[in-house]
Amino acid sequence: MRHIISILIENEAGALSRVAGLFSARGYNIESLTVAPTDDLTLSRMTLVTRGSDEVIEQITKQLNKLIDVVKLTDLADVVHVERELMLIKVQTEPSNRAEIKRMADIFRGKVIDVTSKSYMIEMTGSSEKLDAFVAAISEHNIMEIVRTGATGLPRGVGSLTL
Amino acid sequence: MELSGGQIVVQCLKDEGVELIFGYPGGAVLHLYDAIFQQDDVQHILVRHEQAATHAADAYARSTGKPGVVLVTSGPGATNAVTGIATAYMDSIPMVVISGQVPSAVIGSDAFQEVDMVGITRPCVKHNFLVSNVADIAETMKKAFYVATTGRPGPVVVDIPKDITDPNIKVPYAYPESVSMRSYNPPREGDQAQIQKAVDLLLSAKRPMIYSGGGVVLGEASDELRAFSRLLGYPVTSTLMGLGAFPATDSQFIGMLGMHGTYEANMGMHESDVIIAIGARFDDRVTGKLTEFCPYAKIIHIDVDPASIAKTVKVNVPIVGEVGIVLKQLIAEINLNPRRVGVEVLAAWWDQVKEWRSVNCLEFDRESTLIKPQYAVEQLYKVTAGNAFITSDVGQHQMYAAQFYHFDEPRRWINSGGLGTMGFGLPAAIGVKLAHPDADVACITGEASIQMCIQELSTAQQYQTPVKIINLNNRYMGMVRQWQEFSYQGRYSHSYLEALPDFVKLAESYGHVGIQIDKPEDVTPALEEAFAMKDRTVFLDIITDQTENVYPMIEAGKGHHDMRLRVAPGTPIDRELA
Repeated sequence: MRHIISILIENEAGALSRVAGLFSARGYNIESLTVAPTDDLTLSRMTLVTRGSDEVIEQITKQLNKLIDVVKLTDLADVVHVERELMLIKVQTEPSNRAEIKRMADIFRGKVIDVTSKSYMIEMTGSSEKLDAFVAAISEHNIMEIVRTGATGLPRGVGSLTL
Repeated sequence: MELSGGQIVVQCLKDEGVELIFGYPGGAVLHLYDAIFQQDDVQHILVRHEQAATHAADAYARSTGKPGVVLVTSGPGATNAVTGIATAYMDSIPMVVISGQVPSAVIGSDAFQEVDMVGITRPCVKHNFLVSNVADIAETMKKAFYVATTGRPGPVVVDIPKDITDPNIKVPYAYPESVSMRSYNPPREGDQAQIQKAVDLLLSAKRPMIYSGGGVVLGEASDELRAFSRLLGYPVTSTLMGLGAFPATDSQFIGMLGMHGTYEANMGMHESDVIIAIGARFDDRVTGKLTEFCPYAKIIHIDVDPASIAKTVKVNVPIVGEVGIVLKQLIAEINLNPRRVGVEVLAAWWDQVKEWRSVNCLEFDRESTLIKPQYAVEQLYKVTAGNAFITSDVGQHQMYAAQFYHFDEPRRWINSGGLGTMGFGLPAAIGVKLAHPDADVACITGEASIQMCIQELSTAQQYQTPVKIINLNNRYMGMVRQWQEFSYQGRYSHSYLEALPDFVKLAESYGHVGIQIDKPEDVTPALEEAFAMKDRTVFLDIITDQTENVYPMIEAGKGHHDMRLRVAPGTPIDRELA
């Protein structure tokens, strides 16, 4: 099952490599990983998407908690949450399909943010699933490049991961 | 008080109460060594290889409970220390390793003797630090000792660039009284509801087992384990790392469990209905095949490290906390509870255990004209009256030591259980002897392992650490040979040691006493002679039976009930039937 683990970690050199190293050393898989400082500059917030059985996810959260730099973590899959990912996608355009691609981007609430005579760059946010769906929907056109941030998210309501 | 970085490191060690450190100098730590030269409070032991510094410090820690401290230079000094750091990590030994680093300005430029020590050690330390400012040294050192010694202990590396220890840059020094880290709060008490559940299970058992591990030794919980076990009267087995926490000569003790554990301990685990695992981590050498591990048992597991719980084996009642505190909570709860396992029920279980015990699984051929390694360890036990500190290397001799030297006290059995590091024994013995100068210290080793850190005979000479090296010399890498006999139809690929040195002359060349024996009747007199030489390091080279194997054995991929015995249960002991 897919899990989104949200981690508050000391904003120190090497903290990211401790997390990444843990996953490679113990053979866990990382689907995506995003990290950036928070409003508290001593802390970074990391969002990590992984898959595994309940036993594996339990070990992952325990091993992450064991890292001295990890202050707190939560598995967003355990709670009602909002999840977003940002994607930039560059599509080759022909005069014949420009309108179609633009329409498709609109349907998915994407924005065209760069235009040349031969290409569109589309910006889109949403759940990872929605981004997958968009990629599938325009796959008959020539996709030149895709970059995705990986999922990030927060629990709904007043519950929060803070100190 | 204004001090330079080098002086601050040394002053931190003093303020932390460190008396001994083990190390080897080099370019990046010259400022530090200069600071060490100018004081007398912290004694430095110069080893002959950085790996030995880590093993000696590790064994100092294992035998005293105090953290071991190591000082090495950058680059090769640091990488040589890695094997010892990983050894300490696998066995959860508190250790602080200070490594020099190239000056801050050239980090990342592939400078002379530069290596990314923080990166290299990341997977085998509890935590590590790179100090980037002189003013940060004291707090970092305090944190290093705090992290290394609390919770589940482990090694911590403090990597210090050379410019940070510059004698010309001085800053005010004060060692922090205490330290708190928002991201690190090791648990102490166990959850009371879990304690209650555990007691209910323990008191309703029919075939209970107490499975004790190295955590009891590390957690100084030997007294609590003894009180708890005697209160319940259940059979007690121990892992390799836990030996001594419960007295081996106590009738309640049924031997070590696992791959080379006793028949009674493994069968007991297999048939048990309630197992309490105390400071043990269900290592693969303990469990054998996981799908066949303890099929009838409900399991209670006490560990200070939540990640140790349910890592490989599902447990019914997890209790996270310090073993000593949790055992006290359990004892208090049991004392409040009038219920007890019926006398007849417990007696029937003990009868079964005694029947397994009567197989006498450790028996060996006592009529042999060759020296049996088991016999040598048995006599060592007698000659030292069971009071020696025993270090070991890794292989058959390690298992013989665990089986035939009956440890009644914790911290007497010093071996690399998790990582299985050959070369550990001799430097470990030196570390133990420095910590306990009046005690008998013996290193049980083999001719293969001893050669992996043989250079430390020189350290033993320099510091006059009179340890006894009991070299069970079978001219084979015995454990490798045994596996090749069992699983590779006797194709002894590279497990035979040709061109062995003359160990007697080798010992003598380092200024020690060398003795070689090859007859069973010489074993006891030679041991007595060796231990009578109180102030000499003695290398006792014992030529043993080349073909002897360690029994019993659970071969890879088998369950506890599927043990390979020397002879089938009930058969009189005969020569080498297996």
